[in-house]
Amino acid sequence: MDNFLAARSQMALSLGFHIIFSCIGMVMPFFMAVAHYYYLKTDKIVYKNVTKAWSKGVAIFFATGAVSGTVLSFELGLLWPKFMEHAGPIFGMPFSLEGTAFFIEAIALGFFLYGWDRFNKWFHWFTGVIVGVSGLASGILVVAANAWMNSPAGFDFVDGQYINVDPIKAMFNKAWFSQSLHMSLAAFAATGFAVAGVHALMIIRRQNVYFHTKSFTIAAVFGCVAAVLQPLSGDISAKDVAKRQPAKLAAMEAHFFTEKSAGLVIGGIPDPKNKKVDYGIKIPGLLSFMAHGDFSSEVTGLDKFPEKNQPPVPVTHYAFQIMVGLGMAMMAVSFLYFFALWKKKTWLQSDWLLKLFVAATPLGFLAVEAGWTVTEVGRQPWIIYNVMRTADAVTPMPGIGYSFYMFTLMYFSLAAIVIFMLYRQIKMVPKLYDLPEGAQK
Amino acid sequence: MLYVVIIYLWTSILLYLLLGGADFGAGIIELFTSKANKIQTRKTLYEAIGPIWEANHMWLIIAIVILFVGFPVIYSTMSVYLHIPLTIMLLGIIARGTAFTFRHYDAVKDDMQDLYNPIFAYSSFVTPFFLGIIAGSAVSGHIDLKADNFLDAYIFSWLHWFSVSVGLFTVAICGFLAAVFLIGETDNEHDRLRFIRKAKAFNIAAVICGSLVFVSSLIEDIPLIDWVFGNIVGIIAITAATLSLAVLWYLMYKGKANILRILAGFQVTMILLTTTYRHYPNIVILKNGGYLSLIEHSGHEKTIEALAMALLIGSIFILPALFYLIYSFQKKKVDYATD
Ligand code: HDD
Ligand code: HEM
Ligand code: HEM
Repeated sequence: MDNFLAARSQMALSLGFHIIFSCIGMVMPFFMAVAHYYYLKTDKIVYKNVTKAWSKGVAIFFATGAVSGTVLSFELGLLWPKFMEHAGPIFGMPFSLEGTAFFIEAIALGFFLYGWDRFNKWFHWFTGVIVGVSGLASGILVVAANAWMNSPAGFDFVDGQYINVDPIKAMFNKAWFSQSLHMSLAAFAATGFAVAGVHALMIIRRQNVYFHTKSFTIAAVFGCVAAVLQPLSGDISAKDVAKRQPAKLAAMEAHFFTEKSAGLVIGGIPDPKNKKVDYGIKIPGLLSFMAHGDFSSEVTGLDKFPEKNQPPVPVTHYAFQIMVGLGMAMMAVSFLYFFALWKKKTWLQSDWLLKLFVAATPLGFLAVEAGWTVTEVGRQPWIIYNVMRTADAVTPMPGIGYSFYMFTLMYFSLAAIVIFMLYRQIKMVPKLYDLPEGAQK
Repeated sequence: MLYVVIIYLWTSILLYLLLGGADFGAGIIELFTSKANKIQTRKTLYEAIGPIWEANHMWLIIAIVILFVGFPVIYSTMSVYLHIPLTIMLLGIIARGTAFTFRHYDAVKDDMQDLYNPIFAYSSFVTPFFLGIIAGSAVSGHIDLKADNFLDAYIFSWLHWFSVSVGLFTVAICGFLAAVFLIGETDNEHDRLRFIRKAKAFNIAAVICGSLVFVSSLIEDIPLIDWVFGNIVGIIAITAATLSLAVLWYLMYKGKANILRILAGFQVTMILLTTTYRHYPNIVILKNGGYLSLIEHSGHEKTIEALAMALLIGSIFILPALFYLIYSFQKKKVDYATD
């Protein structure tokens, strides 16, 4: 396997794996905090059971997220030493703060998981909230680092030298806000739908309905609120990308030629050789509106960039279509759910709505992976946009292919074990948690 | 500000060696425990490290972040030339961390445990072994920036007697730290004696591996003897370590658990101090006699300042919480015992 391709694949694999665990690690503590709060307020044992059942799952995900994150912090250097040599001191600020956030998260998690009946109950609850808040903070910080790669700031690049470095400015680069907002919402949407889907399935099977209904409601409300906000934040992101990375926007939209009143292409198969899109639906003027808020404005096409600076169009375009499509689907499900909550309580008991949620279980995570593909592949051929090429950053060590195979094997076995363990966890719910109200202490 | 950063770097490495090391050591002990005692060992181990095990491994992340933010050239050079041992160490970290969690959180306790347990024990051995190899290689002068073939550049940079001996020495130290730590965690005399025997065995192993390190340094022309004995700090530190060792053996049967722990921790601190003091600030020594220095190869001034501030502010949040975590669980255990 070609060294460069292997390094890119290994990076993509590791990040794609880590993001799932980190989303869950960021969001589940909030779900638990809500369940825990209801328990402390109402004294209903079911809420305690929900909290405990979730916290077991989270411990598994947290450990996997922590080790895969540790791997990433070495991998950046193992695979992209030239990048880290120059970028490390510039975009390192969020990472140093993130270290603090992780530490607090790990400490708070120790208190939370092992603290049942040991501390004042509100202190114990509060440690759970801290786990969530610091997890979210670390997510925002890493995304700010990634945003710097898309929108480099805080230094001057003169004659191949990086001078006048200002790590604070680098952290608050132009992309950090739109990306962090979109990512945080994505984490809530993806985790909310995934958790709600699993519990919906158990309700349909009529197993431990009481327990699973409570769990379902908490997860679904979080997920649906985020899913409704997600397209709004996506619109902010798109306008942002149009300004700072026009080549990425053009690739996302398979927009080959610069034009006024540009049309939005939905679906279709981009043909980069002949610079056209086959079978797509084109809505006139909409791309101009999405990118600049004005139906007649000009949208830069790929023709403005030399061939060697153009990102791969098909992958970026497909990934973008997938993300937006899934986002719309999730938004539709969310509106239905809110409508049911508001007007049609009977729908909440009906299997078809639950089945819809079961079908939507993986959608959020698929959208997350697709979204990252847009961001990362759309930045190519640059590792630091307009400053350093990815190909110039790769490690000189040959044989990265073997390392890629090894990590692939490792991650796939881990994923298999985690799924297997989760399955067992759910199977054990009746034994552990479904005693009738009052039968437990 | 640079010195603040360097102190944090050194301290994180030390704490990782002590806390993470005791953690690895627990797995190593499990590897060298007879079948009959394994279950009991596992239980003691879990109760001892459960609540803080995640925090123990954060020190590695802190160290690595300090390195790539503050000393990027050192980070990237090590990443290139020590790629292979770093990768193996990472695989070890993944295997160990997940196996530890899986075996505890698997809702059904069945044959799957037979998969998790050996993975945990073996990776507990492999990970510190390669950590030692990496540390040994950094100062051994085998990293050759001019190497023009794969073997010289990427294999012999780390595969030689000195670094392998340092790897073994690290493993022995981890086992020793864990055994001393666990002496105070047992609830019966039988186990207490068992861990005392383990502590002695690992201590002897550490002395043997330590001698190997010296012998191999002579063979490979690494001025280790000079680093250790060629200066007053080194001599004092190594003497203090030896004295505390004697005290530790003396107190092993009667001493308070916490005094034993402090003594063991003190020894390891002294060993790290001696081996780093003399060639400070050079933390990577290259083949051609060149070196990478914490002072000359540090990042931009503003970066170092920001990093130092981040570390200082971070400590204000972290340290009290961490101490409270350790304190609460220590204290609660006493409560349980007297219940
Ligand atoms: C639940 C997941 C999810 C959903 C439903 C959506 N997105 Fe998204 N999107 C992400 C998850 C995501 C992400 C994985 O979180 C990304 C990758 C990088 C980032 O900051 O967020 C992302 C990136 C991303 C980018 C690139 C940002 C950049 O490169 O800086 C744009 C323009 C959009 N999204 C736009 C949208 C629009 C218009 C959506 C309309 C429905 C949408 N996203 C739904
Ligand atoms: C958008 C991408 C990322 C997000 C949102 C994210 C978020 C998170 C979160 C929330 C955690 C906490 C672990 C958990 O709760 O499961 C975590 C762990 C970790 N991440 Fe990431 N991360 C991302 C990418 C990265 C990258 C690129 C690196 C390395 C450079 C990294 C390094 C780490 C480390 C070292 C940990 C372990 C810390 C611990 O033990 O809690 N992450 N990540
Ligand atoms: C967790 C969510 C993320 C995912 C799923 C992701 C995905 C990817 C993918 C698919 C690639 C390969 C692109 C290609 O070569 O065509 C890539 C490359 C890369 N990503 Fe990300 N990424 C994520 C977040 C981050 C973050 C937070 C950082 C750093 C702070 C980062 C740093 C890099 C680097 C250094 C490369 C290699 C160079 C390059 O291809 O440009 N990524 N990532």
